[in-house]
Amino acid sequence: MAALLAVEELSVGFDTEEDLVNVLDRVSFDIEAGETLGLVGESGCGKSVTALAVMGLLPKPAGRIQGGDILFRGDSLLALPRERMRTIRGNRIAMIFQEPMTALNPVQRIGRQLAETFALHEPGLSSDAIRQRSLGLLEEVGIPAPDRRLDEYPHQLSGGMRQRVMIAMALAGRPDVLIADEPTTALDVTIQAQILELLRDLQRDTGMAIIFITHDLGVIAELCSRVVVMYAGRVAEQADIHPLFAHPLHPYTRGLLDSIPRLEGEPKTPLTTIPGTVPGIDDLPGGCRFVNRCPFAERRCEGEPPPLDALTAGHRVACYRWREIEADDARPHPA
Amino acid sequence: MSTRTDPPLLQVRGLTKHFPVRGGVFLRTVGHVHAVDDVSFDLDTGETIGLVGESGCGKSTVGKTLLRLYDPTAGRVFFEGRDIATMSRNELRQLRRDIQIIFQDPFESLNARHTVGKILEEPFLIHGLGTSVERRRRVDELLERVGLDAGAANRFPHEFSGGQRQRIGIARAIALKPRLIVCDEAVSALDVSIQSQIINLLLELQREMRLALIFIAHDLAVVKHVSDRIAVMYLGEVVETADATDIYESPRHPYTKALISAIPVPDPTAQRDRIVLVGDVPSPIDPPRGCRFHTRCRHARDDCRERKPALTAAGDRATVACHHWQDLS
Repeated sequence: MAALLAVEELSVGFDTEEDLVNVLDRVSFDIEAGETLGLVGESGCGKSVTALAVMGLLPKPAGRIQGGDILFRGDSLLALPRERMRTIRGNRIAMIFQEPMTALNPVQRIGRQLAETFALHEPGLSSDAIRQRSLGLLEEVGIPAPDRRLDEYPHQLSGGMRQRVMIAMALAGRPDVLIADEPTTALDVTIQAQILELLRDLQRDTGMAIIFITHDLGVIAELCSRVVVMYAGRVAEQADIHPLFAHPLHPYTRGLLDSIPRLEGEPKTPLTTIPGTVPGIDDLPGGCRFVNRCPFAERRCEGEPPPLDALTAGHRVACYRWREIEADDARPHPA
Repeated sequence: MSTRTDPPLLQVRGLTKHFPVRGGVFLRTVGHVHAVDDVSFDLDTGETIGLVGESGCGKSTVGKTLLRLYDPTAGRVFFEGRDIATMSRNELRQLRRDIQIIFQDPFESLNARHTVGKILEEPFLIHGLGTSVERRRRVDELLERVGLDAGAANRFPHEFSGGQRQRIGIARAIALKPRLIVCDEAVSALDVSIQSQIINLLLELQREMRLALIFIAHDLAVVKHVSDRIAVMYLGEVVETADATDIYESPRHPYTKALISAIPVPDPTAQRDRIVLVGDVPSPIDPPRGCRFHTRCRHARDDCRERKPALTAAGDRATVACHHWQDLS
């Protein structure tokens, strides 16, 4: 059986004044119904570009697919005529963003914006039916006094409430896949906790698949069942969350996990760091793109990029030295 | 150990900042935003106090009011025992060398049309320090100290990444050898791998220069990592203070408990009691009567709605503002 959504060897480039710069290099993953897949990485790793490519929303004309495919229930989304893609986008695959204020129209009432969504998905719905559906959706996403909210403007809502409205709009077409691009990054932690709980509940009730894009490994650990760790446009490691957090094998995943200040850590002690900075897209090193920051780097890492090896069916890592790292982990360490 | 006779480096007493809200045709003041209400704390040389809380809790306003970027509505601030409100021109000039601030986005606070060398030389020029040769040598030393190479002096801020720009911001802040630096969300916008580099740099500089730090951030894990003591703020008020480790291990105020429980932990095996607060933070224009947290507190009782709890001692080095904290622990 084909996966619900499969991204296969996807490469994306952007035109710059000089030439075409590769920002996504042979990225692959798939997701099934009811699953939550995390895409994690730092600025410029390509996690948002991946989402935009799946939605068919790469900025035109600069962005272009250089290779690979995106399959929804086995059918290529890249081969679809534009009209068909429009019905899939929003209906079958929907997306929410970090800052709902930029995605919502500031001069239109919430009710009108929701109605527009319904008009797109189900033309011919009566205005009464639309109002009833809108109220139902706002209730479903936990907005108090929904009838009053329908007549309000986005700026009258708090950040958390705006994100709930965005989620309501995304749910309007009852999508099979929800792509959530840093939806809680701009929110306070207590509000973030509310939104994560809402997404968990909605998923349980609807069985939709969620692709959750974030830089926060804490959110990944709370919400996701599988993770794809990205670095500079490539997949570094991919695994179920338990093996990923317990036995990360890519030096970048390890560095990332070690850099996070822990609540249970000793205050004012030096943190482990990854030296250097993320390379710019116009200045990527040859070979493994992590090579200039990696404590395990050796000669061959500068040559051909390491392939994404599979340790198990679900755990893949793109590093020439993962076997040594794994063996070293297995050795008993002095406490 | 000698018994102490000097006053703390910084004493903040009853600091209050209200912003007028204007409305109507004549822009009359129709209300006040209670940004900061009655905040007090001490800070010693070489010590870090973390101010933590969510948007609108007033943590940044505390920092800016301390520096007199805002005039306080009430309250007093003493630096080395002297009231900064009554300082002479010369004393204020010295104060502006002694207290520095680092912001979240260094790009906005660095002049885009000046080279990094010029930006770093400016503090010396303003205070008329050194010859041009000496100033240039100091700029080189500063760059080296914050981990940038000397060539950086001839480049412009936009040529640097976010982490490198924050290093420039730090270099400028330490140029005049301050005693206290206010770090206002200084690492919040940085990627994790860069954030840890900057945190380490701040910790090193603090040790070398015996800097006192006021570390303002919304990320409790980060604040806890850099602080000796933490003050938790909610809607303009301090609701709890304690040592950094203590506040995480045994939070007393229901808000602190909720805040800690809401932090996503990067460990899928962690078993935790999640306290999900209902609703949003109320408006600071007309904050709730009594305890300001009562509208979201699952332990709220009648007295919480009527009587404001004072910040009172809870053990040796902790304070808490809750009528019922003892029944809750």
